[in-house]
Amino acid sequence: MTTITVTVNGKSYTRDVEPRTLLVHFLREHLNLTGTHIGCDTSQCGACVVHIDGKSAKSCTVLAVQADGASVTTIEGLAENGTLHPLQEGFWEKHGLQCGFCTPGMIMSAADLLAQNPNPSEEEIRHGLEGNLCRCTGYENIVRAVRYAAEKMRAEQPA
Amino acid sequence: MTTETMFGRAIKRREDPRLITGRGNYVDDVKLPGMQRVFFVRSPHAHARIVSIDTAAAEAHPGVMKVFTAKNLPATPVPCGVTIPNIGQKTPGYTMIASDRVRYVGQIVAAVVASDLGTARDAAEKINVEYETLPVVVDAEKATEDGAPLVHDEIANNTSFVWRLDGGDIDAAFGEADVVVKQRLVNQRLIPNAIEPRAVVGRFDRVTGEMTLWDTNQNPHIIRLLISLLTGLPESKLRVIAPDVGGGFGSKIFLYAEQLLVTAIAQDLQVPIKWAESRSENYLSTAHGRDHITYAEMAFKKDGKLLGLKVKTYANMGAYLSTFAPLIPTNLYGTLLSGVYDLPALSCEVHGVLTNTVPVDAYRGAGRPEASYLLERLMDLAATELGIDPAEIRRRNFIKGEFPHRVITGMNYDSGDYEGNLNKALQQFDYTGWRAKQAEARARGKYIGIGLGCYIEACGIAPSKIVGTVWGGGVGLWESSTIRFHPTGKVTIYTGAHSHGQGHETTFSQLAADALGVPFENIEIVHGDTGQVQFGMGTYGSRSLAVGGTSIVKSAEKLIEKGKKIAAHLLEANPADIEFKSGNFSVKGSPDRSKSIGEVALAAYVPHNYPDDLEPGFEAQTFHDPSNFTFPAGTYMAVVEVDPETGKVTPLAFYCMDDCGNVLNPLIAEGQVHGGVAQGIGQALYEYAVYDENGQLVTGTMMDYAVPKASQVPPVTTGFAPVPSPSNPMGVKGIGEAGTIGSTPAIANAVMDALSPMGIRHIDLPLTPQNVWKAIQGK
Repeated sequence: MTTITVTVNGKSYTRDVEPRTLLVHFLREHLNLTGTHIGCDTSQCGACVVHIDGKSAKSCTVLAVQADGASVTTIEGLAENGTLHPLQEGFWEKHGLQCGFCTPGMIMSAADLLAQNPNPSEEEIRHGLEGNLCRCTGYENIVRAVRYAAEKMRAEQPA
Repeated sequence: MTTETMFGRAIKRREDPRLITGRGNYVDDVKLPGMQRVFFVRSPHAHARIVSIDTAAAEAHPGVMKVFTAKNLPATPVPCGVTIPNIGQKTPGYTMIASDRVRYVGQIVAAVVASDLGTARDAAEKINVEYETLPVVVDAEKATEDGAPLVHDEIANNTSFVWRLDGGDIDAAFGEADVVVKQRLVNQRLIPNAIEPRAVVGRFDRVTGEMTLWDTNQNPHIIRLLISLLTGLPESKLRVIAPDVGGGFGSKIFLYAEQLLVTAIAQDLQVPIKWAESRSENYLSTAHGRDHITYAEMAFKKDGKLLGLKVKTYANMGAYLSTFAPLIPTNLYGTLLSGVYDLPALSCEVHGVLTNTVPVDAYRGAGRPEASYLLERLMDLAATELGIDPAEIRRRNFIKGEFPHRVITGMNYDSGDYEGNLNKALQQFDYTGWRAKQAEARARGKYIGIGLGCYIEACGIAPSKIVGTVWGGGVGLWESSTIRFHPTGKVTIYTGAHSHGQGHETTFSQLAADALGVPFENIEIVHGDTGQVQFGMGTYGSRSLAVGGTSIVKSAEKLIEKGKKIAAHLLEANPADIEFKSGNFSVKGSPDRSKSIGEVALAAYVPHNYPDDLEPGFEAQTFHDPSNFTFPAGTYMAVVEVDPETGKVTPLAFYCMDDCGNVLNPLIAEGQVHGGVAQGIGQALYEYAVYDENGQLVTGTMMDYAVPKASQVPPVTTGFAPVPSPSNPMGVKGIGEAGTIGSTPAIANAVMDALSPMGIRHIDLPLTPQNVWKAIQGK
């Protein structure tokens, strides 16, 4: 067992974990943050994407011990003071989700995409979300949701 | 109180707030005190005799609670729920845990229960299974040849059944033909790939004797019924909950070995047990789809008039018959072979063949995509051969005139306007414009292709008289609802349909808000819990709205009938004089004398001033069994570009014109089309579950099996051209599977159109760069 301290959604947690514990299992099993999902075992699907120190990462490819000292944001921590993040709002407005299983990872990846490129073209959105698989939506409404959020975020924070 | 009509409005989904904030509750999120994890040891061989299983080291592994094999578990069968009448169907025996022989890679031979998954997996590595391997067969056509290895010794030629459907004079049809187009078509094996893998949690309550199963499932009552029948656990002591379910696409309909094993193990150990499969495990254990090899011939007159169709199909069923498997390549395939066309003669023969592969069952579309692909490819081959435009040859063969229209397969199409639909599709797409662009691109050496595909499907899968008897489903397929109108004006609706992404909480609330005249927000939809819902057949076959929705409308009608009697009493009027409109009961001719439905409900529960001959309470239930299927149809148009150097196909544009009947919620209907189209494009261009000759699944992870990414799917333009169905009061037909059924042939035809200058007439799916490049090189 190894003791780690990780800040998750602004709250610090100190836990003993097996060295082989993946970050996604740490979040789900140790912290009961089940919004982060597991959809594959080869880092293809992206259902487990979270932010580590502000950058998106597949939490199934990171050991919990590697996140020691880091700040992690999960889907549960994305809305601030009960106000939905523009991406959450966009996914709701544009019907960007059906079963909702890929959605947390998709939203977290899109958030990183918009942080790097506040005004992505449709092609850039599709390319930027290549690491996230959705089987329900055909991506069309996910693209619309990301555009919705991009517009809203640009309007809120003029460059 | 009045409410605006909700039908037809693009209402945002009520289920989304929890799902976009990480508060969904999927089976793998269920955590119970004392819960143990089970890991299943699966056969690494496609066909082998089990000589021995040594579990001693695993049992001694720290943290292991118990190891199970066939020796300490009952031989509970994994059933096939379908025996098609009069074809001598042979259903091989299949038990939840293998005892002496395994027949596909992934079949379960042992189970390890431990405190956590890591420990269970570690211990599983210490189990030593000695196998004696046997010859393997994976190809359905080869499996029927004399001398092929036998998957089950007692089933000759590995043929579980041969199913025939004939109509008209096929010999005369082919005798008078000017042109016959022939093609061998492979409709390749697919893996459904719901992004949530399967999971089961079982809890046995030793005090009450009740077993609760949380199951990633589309039809929890069917699962409860089957488990109850198989294990003797009474239904009153068995509760199956399918909470938030992360996509199904058919693959979560079935009763698999794992649900039975978790039930048995939880009962044995009397602690909560969780099983959650990995993706690799999913590929080796969750039912696959499609996998047909077909020889097809279509006869035409010179003017393009269709005369007849001959089809011989080898349908790969896998190693055992899954829950509904025999229905898929027969009654959901052969009966759709008339398509939207006037087909005078048909000869269809389907061989259901057992092989050393994962069982095959319904996957989105289920039989109908195979039929649609076959028809539309042959229609295009004929168009080329006869020198007729692909749109024109279809136009010359559409069913026209009166509906309902019975086709040669026996299906009775409810309503449709196929030529009108094509016209709208061509207009939306700008067919002439695209043909001009194509000619211009060709002149510049670019290989642009335009593809067209028309489809029809039988949806609202239900009529018990057909499914239960003619088809051999053995069960009726109706749907139920209960509307419980609470005394405070809130409404709970219990539906037997199940949403795993479809948005029933939203759409069913829209229906009920209109029917009852209460605000949308006051309605709650409960589904997916046998402990709450009366009974239900679940969701598949695009049936939820046509069958489940109709049931809700009928329950609302019953409630209003009762409400009229209560209102009449309260208003001191004759019940025959009471009208119901927008949530109010009023006396005809005196609208000021009225009671709201909420007031009536309160009176029904507090019946101190109440009619003598009426029961208290305000609740209504309907088990609705429709008289016919619904028949959605449509036309899909695709544009692709093929790179002749690499064989890479890039889909550029995709246009849909769907007749799904009246559209209840355009936002949701459009989303269903988008998703279906992406899966159909996946089949056309990317996806293929490949077995090698030893029965190893080569595409065993998401690294090897190409689920389409955002960048691989083109923008999709939808269009709706409703021809209301007469089969239900809303005039709806269904939209869940249309996209998958219509898109594969449109893309395939577009690719062949692009390659036509090279003289290439057909390439089997998927049209990967490698397959296309090989075909180009072969020319």
